[in-house]
Amino acid sequence: MATAFSAPKLAAQPFNTISPTSQHKPLISPTAASPFLGSTRKLLRLSSSSQLNLRRRSSGSVFAVSDIVKEKKSTSIPSLLITKEEGLELYEDMVLGRAFEDMCAQMYYRGKMFGFVHLYNGQEAISTGFIKLLKQQDSVVSTYRDHVHALSKGVPARAVMSELFGKTTGCCRGQGGSMHMFSSEHNLIGGFAFIGEGIPVATGAAFSSKYRREVLKEADCDHVTLAFFGDGTCNNGQFFECLNMAALWKLPIVFVVENNLWAIGMSHLRATSDPQIYKKGPAFGMPGVHVDGMDVLKVREVAKEAIARARRGEGPTLVECETYRFRGHSLADPDELRDPTEKAHYAARDPITALKKYLIENNLSGEAELKAIDKKIDELLEDAVEFADESPLPPRSQLLENVFADPKGFGIGPDGRYRCEDPKFTEGTAHV
Amino acid sequence: MLATASQRILGQSFQNIRPAVSVLRSYSSAAKQITVRDALNSALDEEMSADPKVFLMGEEVGEYQGAYKITKGLLEKYGPERVLDTPITEAGFTGIGVGAAYYGLKPVVEFMTFNFSMQAIDHIINSAAKSNYMSAGQISVPIVFRGPNGAAAGVGAQHSQCYASWYASCPGLKVLSPYNSEDARGLLKAAIRDPDPVVFLENELLYGESFSVSDEVLDSSFCLPIGKAKIEREGKDVTITAFSKMVGYALKAAEMLEKDGIYAEVINLRSIRPLDRSTINASVRKTNRLITVEEGFPQHGVGAEICASVVEESFAYLDAPVERIAGADVPMPYAANLERLAVPQIEDIVRAAKRACYRSVPLAATA
Repeated sequence: MATAFSAPKLAAQPFNTISPTSQHKPLISPTAASPFLGSTRKLLRLSSSSQLNLRRRSSGSVFAVSDIVKEKKSTSIPSLLITKEEGLELYEDMVLGRAFEDMCAQMYYRGKMFGFVHLYNGQEAISTGFIKLLKQQDSVVSTYRDHVHALSKGVPARAVMSELFGKTTGCCRGQGGSMHMFSSEHNLIGGFAFIGEGIPVATGAAFSSKYRREVLKEADCDHVTLAFFGDGTCNNGQFFECLNMAALWKLPIVFVVENNLWAIGMSHLRATSDPQIYKKGPAFGMPGVHVDGMDVLKVREVAKEAIARARRGEGPTLVECETYRFRGHSLADPDELRDPTEKAHYAARDPITALKKYLIENNLSGEAELKAIDKKIDELLEDAVEFADESPLPPRSQLLENVFADPKGFGIGPDGRYRCEDPKFTEGTAHV
Repeated sequence: MLATASQRILGQSFQNIRPAVSVLRSYSSAAKQITVRDALNSALDEEMSADPKVFLMGEEVGEYQGAYKITKGLLEKYGPERVLDTPITEAGFTGIGVGAAYYGLKPVVEFMTFNFSMQAIDHIINSAAKSNYMSAGQISVPIVFRGPNGAAAGVGAQHSQCYASWYASCPGLKVLSPYNSEDARGLLKAAIRDPDPVVFLENELLYGESFSVSDEVLDSSFCLPIGKAKIEREGKDVTITAFSKMVGYALKAAEMLEKDGIYAEVINLRSIRPLDRSTINASVRKTNRLITVEEGFPQHGVGAEICASVVEESFAYLDAPVERIAGADVPMPYAANLERLAVPQIEDIVRAAKRACYRSVPLAATA
């Protein structure tokens, strides 16, 4: 990490899991080097301030819940962040994500999967930490790195695997593929290949939730939308356009930045004038939070607050999760530009190992139970692969289906007559 | 069957009106005159009133009453939650409209001109048009993108392009282009009610023109079918297809041709995608000669597609090569005389029709 932005005096810091940030402090003096990510502790010493201000301001404030978490843990009687059931749920979800992606790699090299496949190894804490807090009706909008988001949201592993094999039993009947996972049942609305494309769509989904509550008067509609995207996307115009409109109209959305420091081979620091993405939230009038994305418990704490904020109608939040992808950008990426020490450093902070350690140390579970979960997931995946293998390819007749929602695209309804000739075609009563 | 009402008003265009949808109710034959602007406004008003899920978004649609006053009065009537003034963020607000449509709302997104839709074309094509296919039917997108398209008067190269052929080449989109008030009302209502993404290409110069409409058109449940062209004027010698403003030009050209004994059949396409190939081909089989007229750039244009369709299906019936009349193959110039040369004029259509009928005509520079 330090090598991407050469700063000799900050080489190889012993990173711990806290990354404190605070808006009101002058973060960097112009002459100091600033590979802030993961080493903000060093930054803090540079700015010579010893006290961390943890008070949350109402809007536009930037804070690190990781410090609140630490405070909570150290000051009061040690109360755990999760119960045993929650812990096991989180563990199982992360293991499912990891094992699924590993299985994808295997299948790809065996030729069962093809095209573009982007794997999520290393980033599971974000998907699990956020999506496991959602209800079924809340929506998730993702990018091309969407397999694990689909799994966390509840799409069955069988459906995702078949979709990747291009079989007709896939969640999109084989018509979407790796980058276009949609499930209206689980409210996973994509799956977008273009950088930044999902953000306005997510903002629209949040808009529809607000519209339903306020205009259509569906009283209990408090659905929240999560938009996941990466560090490279944060330089795209659409990102800023949507931060503006979401804050302007106070939409129930959480913008989750999965900052894995690399956009294919372009380091975040080489591409961005100000690499601290969370600061861009307050510029538009919403809180910006930075959290360690390799620690599922910290992510979950931040997510709880951000999602609750959105549900209460207080508007959007920008959450930047610092994370890392253990594999290349896609399975076609030779991944030569990243420094092995950087990779090793993040591999040591593997979120699954960290959670396992937490569960065992706090006596929430034992080795045997966790191993049983591992085995269960392995069997689930074997079954999914078998199911996908045995599923049929889409029939020829499927090629021309689903282009339009109405059967022939001529405005003709299912009864074969023009829709416009049906006097009951409008809802409600027309009075002019 | 309704009686045809024909009226000649001072300086207005003259047409035979035959509604495309026959209804068993009887209406009085007194015709009213409304502008295209009022037709669009009333269509939006009625659809918003009938279905609370319909909402408008775009730049200046609310307090400014619409950049071209199409959405006049709607903010007052429906409030700011349903008529949204957006910041200048085409990509952003188009995507927001698409996201809202994913969840069953029915946005009508206005582009101040369709030239600005290029900033949002990723969302029109990739998130709206392709979604029903990519999700295998799980997610349909009942959205309408509307706005003025094509050349206006002296607005320069970046404000004058016609996007009919760009959008019509994409599967998953429906592309409509009205000509008169009846088209405007009927097609916009059909578009809003349609469960698929519709690109609705209006024309700025037609907004102020009045056309007579029958009472049936003014009824709040009036709708025109998507994918059906209208034969505006019947003839037997040559078929002229056109859409939007060029329909008016074609009709005037047909009048001029009639004096020379050539009876032209004028087809108002109304729907660019799906294209009403059967009406066009039936007409060509009758007249054996075809002229396609459009305002946009000639290469890969609407005329090219119609020509290919006719060659594929009615080749044996053609007595003359198909002629395409299109805009000049240059970005739109500013100077008034050059602009006139860059857009098809009535004389161009007349000359092309005469060529197709093998009458000798003096050669002149063709657009």
